[in-house]
Amino acid sequence: MATAPGALTPSRFVEPDPTSEVMAIQMGPSHPASHGTVKFNLRLDGETIVDVDVEIGYLHRGFEKMCEQGTWNHCFPYADRLNYASPLLNNVGFALAVEKLAGVEVPERCQYIRVIAGEISRITDHLTCLGMAANELGAISAGFYMLEAREFLYDLVEAITGARLTVTYCRLGGVVKDLPADMAERTAVALRNVRRVLADCDRLLSRNRIFVDRMAGIGAIGREEAISWGLTGPLLRATGVPYDVRKAEPYLVYDRMDFDVPTGTTGDNYDRFMVRFAEMHQSMRIIEQALAQIPDGPIAVADPRWVLPPKREVYGSIEGLMNHFKLVIEGQKVPAGEVYVATEGGNGELGFYLVSDGSGRPYRVRVRPPCFYGMAALGDMLRGRMVADVITTFGQINMIGGECDH
Amino acid sequence: MLALVPVTTRFDAAACRGEAVVVVERAEAPRVLRTLRDHPELAFDQLSDLTAVDYLGRTPRFEVVYQLYSISRNHRLRVKVPVPEDDPTVPTATSVWRSALWAERETWDMFGIRFTGHPDLRRILMYPEFEGHPLRKDYPLMKRQPLVPERDPITRPWHRRTEA
Repeated sequence: MATAPGALTPSRFVEPDPTSEVMAIQMGPSHPASHGTVKFNLRLDGETIVDVDVEIGYLHRGFEKMCEQGTWNHCFPYADRLNYASPLLNNVGFALAVEKLAGVEVPERCQYIRVIAGEISRITDHLTCLGMAANELGAISAGFYMLEAREFLYDLVEAITGARLTVTYCRLGGVVKDLPADMAERTAVALRNVRRVLADCDRLLSRNRIFVDRMAGIGAIGREEAISWGLTGPLLRATGVPYDVRKAEPYLVYDRMDFDVPTGTTGDNYDRFMVRFAEMHQSMRIIEQALAQIPDGPIAVADPRWVLPPKREVYGSIEGLMNHFKLVIEGQKVPAGEVYVATEGGNGELGFYLVSDGSGRPYRVRVRPPCFYGMAALGDMLRGRMVADVITTFGQINMIGGECDH
Repeated sequence: MLALVPVTTRFDAAACRGEAVVVVERAEAPRVLRTLRDHPELAFDQLSDLTAVDYLGRTPRFEVVYQLYSISRNHRLRVKVPVPEDDPTVPTATSVWRSALWAERETWDMFGIRFTGHPDLRRILMYPEFEGHPLRKDYPLMKRQPLVPERDPITRPWHRRTEA
């Protein structure tokens, strides 16, 4: 075939071999389908992921450095903002660590309150994770149903703490205020509503063809690898390892509660979803048992070394005023030493490693964020998968930026 | 459990509120950590966390802290490795537990402790051009960072760099 002079030869249009070229794509840091600022540096062969480098740190606020500047009580608002999907669990975890360092045993009623508040928070955490997972796969209705269920629980949290998200409920030696008088009735109504929504979502999602196809077999990780990567919580339990800090090293009054640890078998996204789903029902069981067992009594230790005096005494007596001044200005003098305390957070083992030098301020505060290690393993889960699997796998790791980047 | 740990140095247990802690010399650390994982009765199959503490004014200045947990045996151990200020390096634990991959990157980022043998020791929370290591006690709180020149993301999209 004759070619007109000056015409472009076909070789100018055709790449040597378009399928063999590895393409580098940056996904994020603000991608509409990734809730959380994180960047995936993908190398794609077609739609297959050859390699992925996960870049975190976009929400780094220097939590650990800030904690070294204030007193121990100043750290509680910061702890809220680690995992903002379940702030009460962080609060409880941090309080337990400081109390172990200080050698304080909180009253029984306070322990029950912490269990109740923590489990409410665990359900909101799971609802956020699963609702968003459904939402990102196009099941927007199911996503919003779950967020509606979360509202019932946020109302409860508001009734207990006075805030919906930034709760700052725990203190060294206790909690700020008692449960409302009608806590049992409020909880019964809220849990009934949550159960209704969960039943709807179960019917909408668990056997939904599209949902199962996108989740089952995706992002799977083996048991040995999961342990080596430091995975805990639902990610590890989905592989079949029944490790739950509440059972392995019971803290607070979890040893008096009757609950199961749901596990999966394959460690894929569908198992993670089902483990979280089943855990919400277990958490509701715990809340109901705790509310039935909760005794009367004080909600904080009566020790002026640790707990602020009531406002009436601060304004009405010189001792109360001085006590308040010393605690606020100098802080609680926690004896020198160090502890590592692990609790079961929404995403897994939430650990606090604290070092005190005996002054009123923390010498070192280290948080072990569970989703940090999940994000570390994400590269292994994704290699060889399709680019669309990034969304579901990332969603099931449930990275919370504040916690992962501290 | 502690009697099985193959180290000579023991730590003052009172300051640790009854938690199991051992101090290991830096040169011994790789052998000890591997033994802790592989010993059938210790079986520390998970490195829960790895971080460091800066004891400014003390010699040696740093301590690298490993929080170990055995899922099969349900016990914990904390291993501390003292690191001097003039040579802040520690042999890597990435060949023993994979969770050390990111945890060591963070410790390098925050404390400037280098992990020799780490396959990919980059900053993780801070950006590559960041100056200093913010969790060191002598890092000034109000320190300003210099402006970073704009980097072309197309020509250098994949900066797998090893920092000096």
